[in-house]
Amino acid sequence: MISEMLSSTRSIQPMPRVHAAIRRLWILPVLGFLASVSAQPPVATDSRKIQQTVVKVYGAGGLRQLEAYQSGFLVSPEGHVATVWSYVLDVEPIVILDDGRRFEAEIVGIQPALELAVLKIDASDLPYLEVPKKLEATWGDPVLAVSNLFGIAAGDEPASVMQGMIAGIANLDARRGTFKTPYRGKVLLLDLIANNPGAAGGAVVDATGTLVGMLGKELRDSGTGVWLNYALPIDALRVAIGDVIAGRTTTVPEESKPILKREQSHNLTTLGLVLVPNVLESTPAYVDTVKPGSPAEASGLHGDDLILLIDGQRIADQQSLLDLLRRIDRRDSVSFTIQRGSDVLPVKLQP
Amino acid sequence: MMRFCLSAVVCFVAGISCTRAAEPKGIELDPVVAAAEARRVNAIQRAIPSAVSVFIPGGGGGGSGVLISEEGYALTNFHVTSPAGTFMRCGLSDGRVYDAVLVGLDPVGDLAMIKLLGRDDFPRAGLADSLQASPGDWCMVIGNPFLLATNLQPTVTWGILSGVGRYQYPAGTLLEYADCLQTDASVNPGNSGGPLYNDAGDLLGVVGRCSFEKRGRVNVGVGYAISINQAKNFLGYLRSGRIVDHATLGATVSTDPDGGVVVSNILASSDAYRRGLRYNSEILEIDGRPVSTANEVQNVLGTLPAGWRVMIAFREEGKTIRVPVRLMSVHRRDELIEKMGSALPPPPPVPDQPEPKKESEDGESPKEGETPQDQQPPSPHGGMKPAVKKSIPEAAAKLIEERRGYANYHFNRLEQTRFYEQLKAMPNEATTGLERWQITGKTPNGETCRLMVRDDEYAMDVGQFAFSATRINELFDAVDQDMISGALAALDAWRKMTLLGPQQFGETYYKGTMPLSGERPLRDCTVGLYGDMEVRWLMHPDTGLLECIEVVADRDSDPAELWIGWDGDRVDSLELRYGVDAVLSVAVESWDRGEKSE
Repeated sequence: MISEMLSSTRSIQPMPRVHAAIRRLWILPVLGFLASVSAQPPVATDSRKIQQTVVKVYGAGGLRQLEAYQSGFLVSPEGHVATVWSYVLDVEPIVILDDGRRFEAEIVGIQPALELAVLKIDASDLPYLEVPKKLEATWGDPVLAVSNLFGIAAGDEPASVMQGMIAGIANLDARRGTFKTPYRGKVLLLDLIANNPGAAGGAVVDATGTLVGMLGKELRDSGTGVWLNYALPIDALRVAIGDVIAGRTTTVPEESKPILKREQSHNLTTLGLVLVPNVLESTPAYVDTVKPGSPAEASGLHGDDLILLIDGQRIADQQSLLDLLRRIDRRDSVSFTIQRGSDVLPVKLQP
Repeated sequence: MMRFCLSAVVCFVAGISCTRAAEPKGIELDPVVAAAEARRVNAIQRAIPSAVSVFIPGGGGGGSGVLISEEGYALTNFHVTSPAGTFMRCGLSDGRVYDAVLVGLDPVGDLAMIKLLGRDDFPRAGLADSLQASPGDWCMVIGNPFLLATNLQPTVTWGILSGVGRYQYPAGTLLEYADCLQTDASVNPGNSGGPLYNDAGDLLGVVGRCSFEKRGRVNVGVGYAISINQAKNFLGYLRSGRIVDHATLGATVSTDPDGGVVVSNILASSDAYRRGLRYNSEILEIDGRPVSTANEVQNVLGTLPAGWRVMIAFREEGKTIRVPVRLMSVHRRDELIEKMGSALPPPPPVPDQPEPKKESEDGESPKEGETPQDQQPPSPHGGMKPAVKKSIPEAAAKLIEERRGYANYHFNRLEQTRFYEQLKAMPNEATTGLERWQITGKTPNGETCRLMVRDDEYAMDVGQFAFSATRINELFDAVDQDMISGALAALDAWRKMTLLGPQQFGETYYKGTMPLSGERPLRDCTVGLYGDMEVRWLMHPDTGLLECIEVVADRDSDPAELWIGWDGDRVDSLELRYGVDAVLSVAVESWDRGEKSE
């Protein structure tokens, strides 16, 4: 633990002066939890409240070391769930609430560069975590991480609660390539072993129960083998979550848009795209090759790129890509969001 | 500089008061903080003396344990004692090493009882009520991670309960963690068997297992402890020196999509079936705990010993029935012993590897992913060398007696002796005149009832009913057919046991403690073979009075239960029951001791 924290801290951010460090690390953990609720089980009441907002998300996976579950938390009383965008969401996910109710969820927004997805279930009056306007927490602050790590809880069993503190706030991109994630912003480094299988999407709250971040996917330093314990800070996610809740953005395909005639709409040929063979029920939209001289080639797309979004709408698989292209006039340019390695990139295809 | 700062963190985590060394000048602790810290320091000081560091002689590994009695009885994990055999050495924080012997084993619940030798004033842990614990409560683990306690000073790790009422699947049928506690306090190999305390220093559970997946066998923030309430259920069984089994209902259940948990299959030979539980009955409560999902049913059942009789409430055809039900055992008699042999120990720890190169991935992580092995408890550090018998000190060797089916028969013998002393000390005419008992009394409707037992002669009459027999197998038939003359079998077994003692009565063993007809306190239960019948004597733990004698003729039918009512020093009433029905009730008027036959 200590060495893990040490190495990640050392590599990313210079350690602050020692007196400040001691004051923070030594006093605050005690203060934060105990001052607010001094006498009896110090965090129990608060943690129950947080548990009620944390959900279990089930979806694709189940193969070797790819767990078919992750965590999420409610961010609106109407059933918006913030979670990580991952392979688990390759199918329409199932969400199970703290009270054991089971819902088929719709993926209403994804933000690949933030590894964020927002799901929506059909429910109301749910307990939820308010997404705060800004991040008040700083390093040294005690936190609770609530998630369904290892899938320990099932049905109406409450999610797991862990405690620790924010050990540092730092950018990951200084070590690009070390951690395989498209996320480029600051992260909250945690001194607790929070990022276990299934924990991604869990809520991190401070001593007052205020949301400070979302547990990210498991990340391992490719050089040292050290696993990172971190959360995506809530201020990085706030706008994206808020826009989805408010209905300002959605990545759900706009089915109201009319399907154009074949000779008027875009298709793979007009763009010069060749995808990998469509052999599965739901084949991911991986680029195989691009035709020479085509808009695809001009845009810089190449083999192994994964198409995530087209004009802001989520491409779940090749079929949804083809459907979407039928609704775009072939004289119009098309905006792609793609994943290339661990980068998420915007690409524009100009006919 | 950085090192200094980190050491402060370590001290904080370990909960050791190092304020004087690390506290920078000019900082005054808020009184609330100071009080909280003092509370934690006190709790740790209170808890540490009862924590045990277990070492297997000959460098065979080790683990942790916790003292629960002043005579030295301590709990640890089955998988800790398993490589040790019957003898181990235990260190306490007083800096002394004590010899210890194995007492009892519970391979399904991964519990073991050991006894430290050499004192009768061992420090012991106070037992908490683990049902009162909830997620978020502060807690601590004290033990011997990585066998660090070579100086006998155990390691303290502090954290919170991450979850309660957790269920962790068994490996096969052994090592099932039902209704267990989950903590983020550091739990590592070597902590196994050690205590999880609450923030007051009372014992909440026995640590024994972690979730591991891809990070090697070290703490990943998820440790599990067997709840102390489960351990409480098993204490009497473990003291019996036996290898004990867990309970099953004899029925399978499933969660009804519309809510509630219903029976999906039931054995017609089970006591649950005889008490009216049927396919599709909705189970409401087991042993006083409400259940509404299949998980909850297993969570409660998994904490109960085989052979217990617990209250079960269920709905069948619109009626709610609350009735004591005898639980069956998970394993057949020899099955458990066979499985134990092959179950352990778990594979040695695999060091964590940096991200493996793609080509060799399969080869480098053979145990990840697919087998139940990767959820097994931490290895007690390799060694599976059994203790060499000749190296056992004489004082300890005297307390070890091997016998098939027992962890250590010596302790069963002790309990049998205690049972016999109690039986002989029964404050009653029943302890004298053992050649012949003749009891006269009245039934509730005024009929006279006479019961007589002596060697090879058993007789009773009540109202129009008369019975006499000269052979025990006639009593067997009486019990088997739920006749009121089954009372004679219980009476005669009682007489004979008092007369002969467990050595001569026939095969006798102390079973442990169990509820009486589903009710606590737990009664001491001793079992003896009488003819082809199994007789169980149930005694009150405080008064030592014999309260009920059960006689089993056929395992698949109700035993005869002779309930003994006491009025001070004398037996006031006798009542015979089959299942839950009283078939004979006698207010005792006289109890003749007949040294001479009539």
